[in-house]
Amino acid sequence: MTKQPRTLYQKIWDAHVIDTRDDGTSLIYIDRHLVHEVTSPQAFESLRVAGRPVRRPDLTLAVPDHNLPTTARKDAAGHILPITDPESAQQLAALQKNAPEFGIRYIDSTDAEQGIVHVVGPEQGFSLPGATIVCGDSHTACHGGLGALAFGIGTSEVEHVLATQTLLLKRSKTMEVRVEGQLGAGVTSKDVVLHVIGVIGTAGGTGHVIEFCGNVFEEMTVEGRLTVCNMAIEGGARAGLIAPDETTFAYVKGRPYAPKGEDWDKALAWWRSLATDEGATFDKSVQIRAEDIQPTVTWGTSPEDTSAIGGSVPAPEDFADASKREAVKVSLDYMGLTPGTKLTDVEVQNVFIGSCTNSRIEDIRAAAEVLKGRHKADNVKWAIVVPGSGLVKAQAEAEGLDKIIIDAGLEWREPGCSACLAMNPDKVPAGERCASTSNRNFTGRQGPGSRTHLMSPAMAAAAAVTGKLTDVRELMG
Amino acid sequence: MDAISHVAGRAIPFGRKNVDTDVVIPAHWLKTITREGLGKGAFEAVKKEPGNVFTDPEYAGAPILIAGDNFGCGSSREHAAWALLDMGVSCVIAPSFSDIFSGNAFKNGILTVALPQEAIDRLMEVAREHPIDVDLETQSVTTPFQDRWTFEIDAFRKHCLLEGLDEIGLTMAQGDAISVYEAKAKADLPFLAKTPATAA
Ligand code: SF4
Repeated sequence: MTKQPRTLYQKIWDAHVIDTRDDGTSLIYIDRHLVHEVTSPQAFESLRVAGRPVRRPDLTLAVPDHNLPTTARKDAAGHILPITDPESAQQLAALQKNAPEFGIRYIDSTDAEQGIVHVVGPEQGFSLPGATIVCGDSHTACHGGLGALAFGIGTSEVEHVLATQTLLLKRSKTMEVRVEGQLGAGVTSKDVVLHVIGVIGTAGGTGHVIEFCGNVFEEMTVEGRLTVCNMAIEGGARAGLIAPDETTFAYVKGRPYAPKGEDWDKALAWWRSLATDEGATFDKSVQIRAEDIQPTVTWGTSPEDTSAIGGSVPAPEDFADASKREAVKVSLDYMGLTPGTKLTDVEVQNVFIGSCTNSRIEDIRAAAEVLKGRHKADNVKWAIVVPGSGLVKAQAEAEGLDKIIIDAGLEWREPGCSACLAMNPDKVPAGERCASTSNRNFTGRQGPGSRTHLMSPAMAAAAAVTGKLTDVRELMG
Repeated sequence: MDAISHVAGRAIPFGRKNVDTDVVIPAHWLKTITREGLGKGAFEAVKKEPGNVFTDPEYAGAPILIAGDNFGCGSSREHAAWALLDMGVSCVIAPSFSDIFSGNAFKNGILTVALPQEAIDRLMEVAREHPIDVDLETQSVTTPFQDRWTFEIDAFRKHCLLEGLDEIGLTMAQGDAISVYEAKAKADLPFLAKTPATAA
């Protein structure tokens, strides 16, 4: 029997279809559901009102992250410290109550495994290759780094998944982003994805699921792949995917929720069959040469506003599209930047190393490598490193990275989303700049009036040291 | 969910383009744990602008909102739909909507109507003094001045909105099909169909 060649996305999709309506909408089974405190309270409330149970509490994992302060959670005597913001406290308390009430596994804010949902899922082996994974957070695409079909959903959909373990979806188009060649020194997975978004634009992937292909991704660690897929959503895509391979399997094996014994063998056999078939076609295709990618930063208020660090702030007239020219004008005004200014002359007052994009152990190691034996510049008033989970924190401390970070004058915090979206007390003051490893540089994202420059952990560490946007390669070797 | 077949009344002539969900409801309102009360925070920043349409008593309680291109872009927060509902808006008319917003609106029983910019321009003019009529059954928008435009809507969405059907209830009615899938997955993809009983 000859089978039509299929892409990775099509294979995962086909394996999860329960039913397809005439209009092309399919009922899709959801294998893993991650829940946090911000987008779930109203979903639980509606279930309660309707008297509906959670269909598969065993496929659901709840963990608080968005609201949690990243300062100490216990006092010296080990007593849990109260959350001072009453609204945050109320959301956190709601999750703490809802999860057990509906029989859902819950990691508490003071548990060793607590962390950002998208760091915890892969770390615990809860997120698996080939799985459909959802969460009420737009950066759920992150888990695509394992070869899972993962995407963010709204609260009504959170409720739909809790009640039925399914979602009604239309199949997306597919887009290939192929990066081949040799990445230069100092160029990381974050630079790759920022560069890709700069090339395709924030609408480049709209209606599509992106598969990242080519030797650059094949040679990348799983943590790097998670960073890349995390930002697929900033390229407009519903999800990002990287084919699971031996690197992925080695990463997953032995994690707490990973399959074991016979199940593991079955899983491996299926996972090995998932890669896009020879001859399968994508609806859209983009090719990028690895050699063209430099350490990259953003200068504007859209993730597509990227530039190699060696570049200058562009002028609105540099853009052909009239509406983009208008947007650039507004954005430069907000960012307080003058066209023609060299990026390396732009001073920063804040540094944030963290978020589900870049808060895994490799990210902390990369930052520490730059910080080692150096100290933050005097004009940098606030610089924090926020590990993605308690386990990342413990690992970093076992390697002595916390000490390097603290000696360099940066703060070493408790895990959470922190200044990625500033729902907790970690905010960038109005009018000030932040070198940030997060994923969104939108107006006010890191606090009202905050000015965000996105970059890799190594680049953010370099900015902390010099007090300006900096080419990390100048501090290397 | 309330059934919706006809929305008639005053319309808020906002007209702005690329209104993101942060403008509809700023992030600091996301800390709520209920769906109610968000109307207070809706368009918070716009309400501070002198002469804005949201604090103009002329449009208080208007059930329709008229906006520009790409309404509801940005963050996927469903709070944007709840905020509109809470301020009494059950229909938004714009040249285009972000996919996520129109999905969220639909799930909360808000009708989104896409009409060409010329129609929006005319509606903005009419809305300043007169009511507008949106009929889902005939998929048409009319004014007291014989203007009439028709709009497209997905047949399934139309059916659900007209009947006030709740998507979750509809899917739960397919419980047997879901169980069949689960049984098959247990055999074929056991590693996805369950998590280890105890995380080791
Ligand atoms: S770190 Fe930022 S993007 Fe990631 S889950 Fe938290 S808020 Fe969302």
